[in-house]
Amino acid sequence: MSNRRSHLQRLEAESIRILREVVAEMKNPVMLYSIGKDSSVMLHLARKAFYPAPPPFPLLHVDTTWKFREMIAFRDRMAAEAGMRLLTHTNAQGVAEGVNPFDHGSSYYTQVMKTDALKQALDRFGFDAAFGGARRDEEKSRSKERVFSFRSAAHGWDPKNQRPELWSIFNTRVKPGESMRVFPLSNWTELDIWQYIRTENIPIVPLYFAKERPVVERNGALVMVDDDRLPLHPGEVSQMRRIRFRTLGCYPLTAAVESDADTLDDIVTEMLIARTSERSGRLIDHDEAASMEKKKREGYF
Amino acid sequence: MNQLPSISAPVVDYLENHEQKGLLRFLTCGSVDDGKSTLIGRLLHDSKRVFEDQLAALRSDSRKHGTQGKAIDFALLVDGLEAEREQGITIDVAYRFFATDHRKFIVADTPGHEQYTRNMATGASTSDLAVILVDARKGILQQTRRHSFIVSLLGIRHVVVAVNKMDLIDFDADRFAEIEAGYRAFAESFGFDTLQVIPISALQGANIVERSPQMPWYAGPTLIGHLNEIDVSSDDAGRPFRMPVQWINRPDLDFRGYCGTIVSGRIRPGDPVAVAASGQHTRIARIVTMDGDVEEAQCGDAVTLTLTDEVDASRGDVICDPKARPEIADRFSAHLIWMGDQKLVPGRTYAVKAGKQSATGVVSRIGHRIDVNSFAQDEVDSLSLNEIGFCDLALSAPIAFDPYEVNREMGSFILIDRMTNQTVAAGVIWRSLRSADNIHRQAVDVDKQSRAIVTGQKPVALWFTGLSGAGKSTIANLVERKLHARGRLTYLLDGDNVRHGLNQDLGFSDEDRVENIRRVGEVAKLFVDAGLISLVSFISPFRSDRQMARTLFEEGEFVEIHVAAPLEVAEARDPKGLYQKAREGKIRNFTGIDSPYEPPQAPELVLDTVALDAEALADQVIRYLGLD
Repeated sequence: MSNRRSHLQRLEAESIRILREVVAEMKNPVMLYSIGKDSSVMLHLARKAFYPAPPPFPLLHVDTTWKFREMIAFRDRMAAEAGMRLLTHTNAQGVAEGVNPFDHGSSYYTQVMKTDALKQALDRFGFDAAFGGARRDEEKSRSKERVFSFRSAAHGWDPKNQRPELWSIFNTRVKPGESMRVFPLSNWTELDIWQYIRTENIPIVPLYFAKERPVVERNGALVMVDDDRLPLHPGEVSQMRRIRFRTLGCYPLTAAVESDADTLDDIVTEMLIARTSERSGRLIDHDEAASMEKKKREGYF
Repeated sequence: MNQLPSISAPVVDYLENHEQKGLLRFLTCGSVDDGKSTLIGRLLHDSKRVFEDQLAALRSDSRKHGTQGKAIDFALLVDGLEAEREQGITIDVAYRFFATDHRKFIVADTPGHEQYTRNMATGASTSDLAVILVDARKGILQQTRRHSFIVSLLGIRHVVVAVNKMDLIDFDADRFAEIEAGYRAFAESFGFDTLQVIPISALQGANIVERSPQMPWYAGPTLIGHLNEIDVSSDDAGRPFRMPVQWINRPDLDFRGYCGTIVSGRIRPGDPVAVAASGQHTRIARIVTMDGDVEEAQCGDAVTLTLTDEVDASRGDVICDPKARPEIADRFSAHLIWMGDQKLVPGRTYAVKAGKQSATGVVSRIGHRIDVNSFAQDEVDSLSLNEIGFCDLALSAPIAFDPYEVNREMGSFILIDRMTNQTVAAGVIWRSLRSADNIHRQAVDVDKQSRAIVTGQKPVALWFTGLSGAGKSTIANLVERKLHARGRLTYLLDGDNVRHGLNQDLGFSDEDRVENIRRVGEVAKLFVDAGLISLVSFISPFRSDRQMARTLFEEGEFVEIHVAAPLEVAEARDPKGLYQKAREGKIRNFTGIDSPYEPPQAPELVLDTVALDAEALADQVIRYLGLD
């Protein structure tokens, strides 16, 4: 059949449907924009879903103040291009207390500067729905999550008591204070994301492409020296290596890989022969098997 | 299976091939311990979806929680929740992804325990094929039958029965043949389009990707071989055009786009279409996308359409083929899979979401419950968690639909409890109930408005609620007298004149109380429709029931009046001596004593019977109506 749609076309249609459903049913939605490749795809899909109008909701970036500088520049450019309002929120209390990934450990830092900050932002603006770019293939507890994921007034996720989600009918009802996290990319895989970026020519942060960058080697991981706030341990020297990132977050917590992949096709080739999953580049997931589930119950995305 | 390219292989070719792959969505189901999660773990592992770091975590988890001794327990790959890993069972549906050279697959791995049947149905609702696992040692179990029934009910036309753990019965061909014959006999009535029975060992990988040398007697395809080749395409694109309007896109005065997903058929600019509910005709002007207008769109596409004429269509309306329109009805029969922890109460109002349409509705009759073991039809008053019933539903407003067997998207709905917001049922529409269909389409020449002009009054329902002894009837009587004195047409409904006549068949169980209030609400609605001011004086203790009554009326027609008295005060008055009898245990389910009273949260009026006397309170009502 010549008219059969490819899996990417079907995924795209499914995501657009989810995006529109939120706008039609929820009072005050927002799109969590983390600047990574998944966010880039999600933003692109939103622009398609509501064309010729700009997406009828703002972008929200939870800024830990430790993002790569190139990410921030990219963020501002993309929001302007999409014609969307960009909201940023930083946990002021965390900043005042000087919470950082070095002195406080990645787990406490993530709790304060990401999870708590996110909850503050959602409360501050009164959002009843927040889009996130998470995918079910990323991690075990994510694979169990609904497309419309209900959150209590305290932003908690109750994995054992999720609403059944049948067909493409979504139960969007929330009481005041409660909210939905909505995941339009639920059924995409990492390969689908790259494939789509390639076919649709979607701009992504240059950090995904290999380049000579200053790094230090720490606990077997390569950490980029993005600015002079990174305290160097005794014996550590910043050196130029040809590196890139498979996933982007706070620079002190994101491990780089040595690579020569400086085109999209190279990146995909690398991904296809990779022996480790992308989340392993995020230093916060290693603690225990169920750590993501725990974070999500506490309100993490 | 998933041939990874070597570094030198032309990756572009690979990607372009990959881009053209089709997608197959399937679920795995069957009884607990039949090896579903092990099978998925095996598929992921053999298709190299398991990365080294995940494998390392899996090895350590296998030692901690595993059931396979020193070997890797593949089930731990998919049982993602802490509670699942601790208990070694699957609770919720997990979605998994893998690909072969032919296809991409989305797998819904669903739980086998009976108490998680609703999660199994969730997985089935979006699948085109079901892999039903059977433990070769145990054969067909009750869960095999239950899952097969749900698979069939939810419209899945292609089934694979994977007879697992063949290694534990020494790859016995006779035993396999026996299970296959048994399954085929019992599934015959389901009429699946394809049914493939495959002997496998998920643990050993036998007949998953590679043919098993231990089962030379099996001539059929391997599991992956079958999943790669099977044609599950339906003719949805060839069916009449349907697009439920999801959202209206109006960036400026010059553009009005109808956004939605096409659920059947195909469309081109110039094609004639109709709006299902209103019957208005128009044509497709453009199919708008960010990459420019397109010449054709079809089933499954999420589109933005503009029309050549201004038509009245909003979210929930269905744009359709004018020659083959969906049905429009407010009453239909449907199969319900009950998913609520609280049982179904006929007559209680639930929120209904059917496609993009929202309404409220009641289950007006439970035809029967289906015994999933014998498929016998039982007569019941209610449905409990995971039970399946054939029911009649009555909605507050008509919806556009097609029977589920004709169109899954147009024939499915969910019921939501309006108090807890939980999804309590999944429904598949069988057909409309003709009588209501006809009543709805009959044009009514003399309507409520024209009657109200003759009576010269605004018809309303005054709903007095409160404890026994609060003074409802006394006040309602006074209000009626005062209205009558002002030349108003009224009718008072109270427990005495309704319980002894219309509702004499009802007792005081929860179900009967709901039905009691439903009938009174309907009668009051008819009186309002007739142009009268109708006064209802009923304890009506449950919030949800009063809410149900409210939904029968239009905005402003329903006036909820809380006749407020503290329990001690009402009990001290005890005009009929009922509280005393209740305290002595002579009356059961007495409101305030051993059955709760839920006071209104936002009534139109509160009458404080401690502060003022009945006369003054009646005047308060008259003032509210603007008739003083």
